[in-house]
Amino acid sequence: MNRSKFDFAVGIFVAIGLLAIVFMALKVGNLAGFDSGSGYVLEARFDNIGGLKIRAPVKSAGVVVGRVDSIGLDSETYEAVVKLRISANYRFSKDTIAAILTSGLLGEQYVGLESGGDPVYLANGDRLGKTQSAMVLEKLISQFLFSKAAETPAKTK
Amino acid sequence: MISYLTQFIEMLGRFVTSRIDRLGLAARFAGLLLLALGVSIRRTTLIIREVYFSGVRSLSIITVSGLFVGMVLAVQGYEVLQRYGSAESLGVIVALSLVRELGPVVTALLFAGRASSAVTAEIALMRATEQLAAMDMMAVDPLSRVVAPRFLAAVFSMPFLAAIFSAAGVIGAWIIGVHLIGIDDGAFWSQMQANVDVRIDVLNGLLKSIVFGTAVGLISVFEGYFAAPTAEGIASATTRTVVISSLSVLLLDLVLTVMMFRGLS
Repeated sequence: MNRSKFDFAVGIFVAIGLLAIVFMALKVGNLAGFDSGSGYVLEARFDNIGGLKIRAPVKSAGVVVGRVDSIGLDSETYEAVVKLRISANYRFSKDTIAAILTSGLLGEQYVGLESGGDPVYLANGDRLGKTQSAMVLEKLISQFLFSKAAETPAKTK
Repeated sequence: MISYLTQFIEMLGRFVTSRIDRLGLAARFAGLLLLALGVSIRRTTLIIREVYFSGVRSLSIITVSGLFVGMVLAVQGYEVLQRYGSAESLGVIVALSLVRELGPVVTALLFAGRASSAVTAEIALMRATEQLAAMDMMAVDPLSRVVAPRFLAAVFSMPFLAAIFSAAGVIGAWIIGVHLIGIDDGAFWSQMQANVDVRIDVLNGLLKSIVFGTAVGLISVFEGYFAAPTAEGIASATTRTVVISSLSVLLLDLVLTVMMFRGLS
């Protein structure tokens, strides 16, 4: 084997190695925002998003229809602003409700969309009027305890 | 009775001093090698030749092993994760264990078996057939002509091989997890991207593999260079390369992991 063949093989080896490193950085890690950019974007405001993450799925009736595009905080109303990128194949009516739900007991959080009956469809950049925040376990437990505490004196009478 | 005891203590002492002796020899050899690197690093033709034999020829075993390791991790990880209803986290578990630990470590172990043993045998045979002495006679420094390129090739190849191993493993897990088990494709990647940090995980993994490459490369050329010039000597040198390389990779991995990842998560 002469010199140029060694050079060629090593060149290919280094190229594959660099490709693997780029794959690790971009596809496995999160160096760059990978976005398909297709579909349309809806905005939803939540009081509390819990553990929702960017790129979490958006589901309607259990079917994945899009991904969470970005998450921000409105510094005036202190609401979380979540941008949802919805696939162009799906349309949702104007009175769609967005809720943050959890898959399984410890599973990841996703945005659930429930379409209403309005004949007008949401378009790119529209805001979802009604939202339901993520369940926070501590709040839920304290609510339950307070309601229990409120019940008890009534029963003793 | 007393004589047995003194004999035993003598044996213990000889064992320890011989090990320390050898460690000192290795340290001096490493120093000489470091001096020879300056000359050798400019002779890229020699290094490329060794990268071909050590790195490129290891590509197939690294890729296939990575793919299988990733697949096994996916199958086993899914078994446990689906009990807790979080099968989507499969990507995270596989990617983190590959990038942080298995990629660099298994690559170094495979490299020690596949390439370093060959390097040791090659240099040891050169020593046994007095090729190294002949080079010395011709005023060619065997350290910079023979030893340094092989050492540099190991250091250079290892991070690339480790990255290829990890990438192949993630793809293997993706094939099993997404295509055979049926985890959501988006959740698989999104959870992975949300939890794998490029600086903490990927770069530290590459750093580990460079350290392993240095260790494995140094051990293989050292054992070859100082092998006894007999058939038996070459055989035991090759064995020692694989054994010492594997042990030191695992020990270094523990040290590096404690330094890099202590206090995280």
